[in-house]
Amino acid sequence: MSALTEYTITALLLIGGAFTLVGAIGLARLPDFYTRLHGPTKATTLGVGAIILASVVYFSFQGEGIGITEILITAFLFLTAPISANIMAKAAMHLGVDVMDGTRGSPWEQ
Amino acid sequence: MFDRLNFPQPWLSVTLFVVWQFLSNDISGASVVMGLILAWLIPQLTQGFWPERPTLSRPWRMPGYLLRVLVDIVVASITVARLILSGRTPKPVFVSYPLELEQPMAITILASTISLTPGTVSADVSDDQRILLIHTLDASNEQDVIDAIKQRYEKPLLEMFQ
Amino acid sequence: MIGIALNITIGMVVLATLLNVYRLIKGPDAPDRVLALDTLYINAIALIILLGITLGTRLYLEAALLIAVMGFVGTVAMAKYLKRGSVIE
Repeated sequence: MSALTEYTITALLLIGGAFTLVGAIGLARLPDFYTRLHGPTKATTLGVGAIILASVVYFSFQGEGIGITEILITAFLFLTAPISANIMAKAAMHLGVDVMDGTRGSPWEQ
Repeated sequence: MFDRLNFPQPWLSVTLFVVWQFLSNDISGASVVMGLILAWLIPQLTQGFWPERPTLSRPWRMPGYLLRVLVDIVVASITVARLILSGRTPKPVFVSYPLELEQPMAITILASTISLTPGTVSADVSDDQRILLIHTLDASNEQDVIDAIKQRYEKPLLEMFQ
Repeated sequence: MIGIALNITIGMVVLATLLNVYRLIKGPDAPDRVLALDTLYINAIALIILLGITLGTRLYLEAALLIAVMGFVGTVAMAKYLKRGSVIE
């Protein structure tokens, strides 16, 4: 494995870990449900995406070929993340979850 | 429902077949037969749930659009990460976004794009499919959000789907 | 060098998982708990992939794929239950 590959894998791993952690900090720190929705659904998806990319690079340089399963996991995560965010937002609006002070506009229920 | 051997959703069938080959790790006779059965059966069973087939007029623009979305995800993730780490209180706002797109599939793609780019989540579509409710994490002006989405995502989708 | 980066990354993801558990316990509302569970399964996928790199095997990726599929179905089922009071109508 060349030095460049090692640097790439190291960078991807650290970026992935950092985004996952930032998403979780957002989940723990932000004040209401709707703002919390932003932290994990996206930052985490990108974080896991970077970690999966690191895995693809690592195993392809072990001489095991490009991993199809990794690509399927990434595609699946990116397809499902907006759907689960949307359906959770709908459930929260239905239950009338509190919004933080200073939010402009309001959720509607139909 | 089962009396015809047809493929009402050809692209769905192709996708299902290819994904099944990926899942079975190596392509063999058995996986091809099973893939063909699934590619025929699943569209038949889910026929009633699909909206009208969208009319894609410029499908070759799709890769460019996906690439732009990918770049935006990375850029916007960094913005959201900085907001979370800075510790200041965000200024969230619910934006009612007037939709120009009319086809259900196009609206789904737009809503998913909005949800995937950090900082905005599409929360609901009105019953008449004219207004999209978007929760924005940190914005000082509603009109800026609407203009940005219209310019970056809805215009290309309008060109692709009409 | 990859070994050190792996350990640091595993540490960060474990810390993220603990923060998710904090949100899962604290709530305060049911959707917050569903959101915490949703994030937990995504972090579990990350941990399994990191374990796979550490052990140098790709065997665990199948498990990660299964968690991705089942976690999504679980999130949708729970959110739908909160919204409608039943999962299958």
